[in-house]
Amino acid sequence: MAVKVKIPVPLQRLTQGKEEVEGEAGTVISLIESLDKKYPGIGERISEGGKIRRFVNIYVNEEDIRFLDNEQTPVKDGDVVSIVPAIAGGLILRGRT
Amino acid sequence: MDFTEEQLKRYSRHIILPEVGGKGQKRILNARVLVVGAGGLGCPVGYYLAAAGVGTIGMVDNDSVELSNLQRQIAHSTRTIGVNKAESAKQTFEALNPDVSVIPIKDRLNSKNILDIIKDYDIVVDGTDNFPTRYLINDACVMTKKPLVSGAILRFEGQVTTILPGDGPCYRCLFEEPPPPGLVPSCQEAGVLGVLPGVIGALQATEVLKLILGKGKPLKGELLIYDALGANFRKVKIPKNEDCPVCGKEPRIRELVDYTEEYCSLT
Repeated sequence: MAVKVKIPVPLQRLTQGKEEVEGEAGTVISLIESLDKKYPGIGERISEGGKIRRFVNIYVNEEDIRFLDNEQTPVKDGDVVSIVPAIAGGLILRGRT
Repeated sequence: MDFTEEQLKRYSRHIILPEVGGKGQKRILNARVLVVGAGGLGCPVGYYLAAAGVGTIGMVDNDSVELSNLQRQIAHSTRTIGVNKAESAKQTFEALNPDVSVIPIKDRLNSKNILDIIKDYDIVVDGTDNFPTRYLINDACVMTKKPLVSGAILRFEGQVTTILPGDGPCYRCLFEEPPPPGLVPSCQEAGVLGVLPGVIGALQATEVLKLILGKGKPLKGELLIYDALGANFRKVKIPKNEDCPVCGKEPRIRELVDYTEEYCSLT
C-alpha cells in the first residue's frame, strides 16, 4: 500500500492525465521530490527551494499541512494527499517553464 | 407584506417546506444579493436566485456577450450577443420573475468603487474569472464583514467555499496571495466543460439561500472540490490563519489593493 496523491486538473498533463497517482511514504517534501522523478516538472510547480508555493495547498487526509508540520509533515502508507492550487477560471497558470 | 395569489403559486414549493415557509420566502423576497461576474458562474447563480424570488440582485459585469460564451453562460442568448452581460442577465431574470429587480452594474470592480457597490447588499457572490478581482472581493468583504460565497472553475474541476468574516477563515487563509508576477510567465486560455459552472453556480446559489434563511450548516471553514471527470466531491478543511494578512490578529493589509493582471501575460 502506498500513499495516494490526488492530482489537480491543471497538473494532470504532467501525470499523463491521471487524477490519482501513488507516492512514497516519508514527509510531504520527500513525497513531492519522489513524484518529480516519476513525473518530471511537477515538483517545481508545487514547490520552490523545498517550500510549498503560497498559491498551492497540500492536505494530508483533509488536514492542511500549514497547520501540521508544513513540508516536514509525515505521510505514511494509506494516507491520501491532496494537492489543491488556487484557481480562478478563464486562464490556466502554467508555472515556470 | 402579504403574498399575492400569484406569489403563493409561484413560491408554493418553497412555502410548503417547513425550513422555508411563508416567513422564509419573505426573507428571500427582501434579500439583496450582489453577484460579481455575469459569466459561467454568475449566470446560474443569478438565474436560481431570481427563480427563488431574491428581491434585489446586483449583477456586475462590464463585458459584452460573445458567441463563445453561450456554451455555458445560460442567462445570455444568441439574441443578446453584443449586449452588456449584466444587462442581458437582467432581461432574462426579470422575464423569469417579475418580483425580482436586477440592478446591472456595468463596471469592473476596483479598490476605488468596490466598497460603495457592496454596501447596498447583504451577501456577495464571487463568480469572477481572475485573481485580482477575487482577492479584492475577499478583502473588501472581510473589511466590511459581508458574507461571501466564493466559487471557481477550471476545465473539469470546481471549488466552492462560504466566507463569514469574523466567524471563520477567509480566502486569504486558504491561499494567502495570488500567484506572483515573476512566477507565472505565461498562461493559456483554458477550456471548461460547459455544465461545470452550472454545478458550481448551483452550489453557490444554495449557500446563498441557506444564509438568507439561516438554515443548515454553511460551507465555512471548508473547501468543497468537485471533480467532474471522476464524479467526486471532496472537502478539505480551511483552518483560520491567525497570521492571515487580512483577517488575522495583526492584519498587514488595511487598505484594498489592485493587483495587476500582468502576471498572467498572454505572450
